[in-house]
Amino acid sequence: MILTRRHLLLGATATLAGCDRLARNETFREALFSAENFHKWAQRGLMAPDALAREFRPDQISPVFRANGTANPNTPAYKALWRNGFADWRLQVGGLVARDLSLSLSQLRALPHREQITRHDCVEGWSAIGKWRGVRLKTILDGAGLRSSARYIVFRCADDMGGGRPYYESIDLADAFHPQTILAFALNDRPLSVANGAPLRLRVERQLGYKQAKYLMGIEAVDSLAAIGKGKGGFWEDHADYDWYAGI
Amino acid sequence: MDSPTPTVAGDVKRHRLSTRLWHWANALLLYTLFASGLGIFNAHPRLYWGQYGANLDHAWLTLARFPGWITLPGHYSLALSRHWHLAAAPLFAFALLAYMLWSLANRHIARDLAFRRGELAPRHVWQDIKNHARLRFPTGQAALRYNVLQKASYIGVIFVALPLVILTGLTMSPGMNAAWPWLLDLFGGRQSARSIHFITAFALVAFFLVHILMVVLAGPLNEVRSMITGRYRVPEDRP
Repeated sequence: MILTRRHLLLGATATLAGCDRLARNETFREALFSAENFHKWAQRGLMAPDALAREFRPDQISPVFRANGTANPNTPAYKALWRNGFADWRLQVGGLVARDLSLSLSQLRALPHREQITRHDCVEGWSAIGKWRGVRLKTILDGAGLRSSARYIVFRCADDMGGGRPYYESIDLADAFHPQTILAFALNDRPLSVANGAPLRLRVERQLGYKQAKYLMGIEAVDSLAAIGKGKGGFWEDHADYDWYAGI
Repeated sequence: MDSPTPTVAGDVKRHRLSTRLWHWANALLLYTLFASGLGIFNAHPRLYWGQYGANLDHAWLTLARFPGWITLPGHYSLALSRHWHLAAAPLFAFALLAYMLWSLANRHIARDLAFRRGELAPRHVWQDIKNHARLRFPTGQAALRYNVLQKASYIGVIFVALPLVILTGLTMSPGMNAAWPWLLDLFGGRQSARSIHFITAFALVAFFLVHILMVVLAGPLNEVRSMITGRYRVPEDRP
């Protein structure tokens, strides 16, 4: 029996074609995608609810914090906010809350801060360490008074990834109230640059980079994600089949 | 050979059910993990050492993207590669754990894998290397036992390479890093762990290639049959 390179290539191609066909079958696809539920269940089971992501020393900060995804929302509305140094920008907080809030950047800066030097792990495989300063999401949610029916927090962003489809993300309450989940307005002791999400971005340190929504405009408490976008909980989840739970 | 070892007539029972089941499940899972892993790697085909690493940092290895005939899926889709990888990974990890426990219980490790007295003596090892180099494979009763190079490679794969690829894989997860921060310390940081994960995956491919070569040289039909049915035809003693 002689295996030539050609046989191996043909074999591999046939197997791959089979796998690709399998991945298009709806039932198999659901089974394949449901691994996300296992990983979420296993990780939440293994870690204490308040288990912290590693925090680093100042000398471990990346020389350059790479910006990814949208580098500038470039919409007329965003450009107008930017020209004014975000003086007219407001963070709208609404949905299933006792009181709607509308917070200016200076109001956010006046709230108690948290500073954390953490590692940003992109789903692509690279990582960067940066020092974030911001307000705990819990502080905002407590201020607005979350209603008992709220299950998820949705983040509305100013960018649309260039496709006219607004960027949004969502997390559940376990991550929303985590001590390291902050709305950051500073990176490495400077106000957030446009490329890194000015004026405000989310940090959910126990999940991958695509959950760290930039250019925040609004926060909404909801009981279900079904009616938002395509219902999968985020821009990448809706349009590129990414997992909603990005802990792995 | 002056005093021929007693010849076993015809077929003998060679591989246990646990070994056969795990072997084929592993073949399927490792293939899925490797092909989808290359698809994931294509999203950022650069490797670094240390805690962090992105485009402007020093990469110790920069590759072109792996071609579609070897990645899963065949077109570039980070999300779909991740779904394949993350669905296969837990099955693969728990299969290894089950196999280790099962092999401990049925004494496969103690009887077949553990080195026997004198086997690790340099003369014995050197003899085994020479036999391999001359493609002189054991016959008769000796063909029923693993030789020392075989044992060393199986032990290395089961107890070193596979656990290493699983543990470095776990440290790719920011959630697991919060749960088990000590694990990442063991590997010297996220990007070091990613590099070790990649290197170990290719070491496993190297093992696979040698493994296939040995099967082909030792008589592929008899070897593959024994790994499917468990029955093995003992090669007759050389005159």
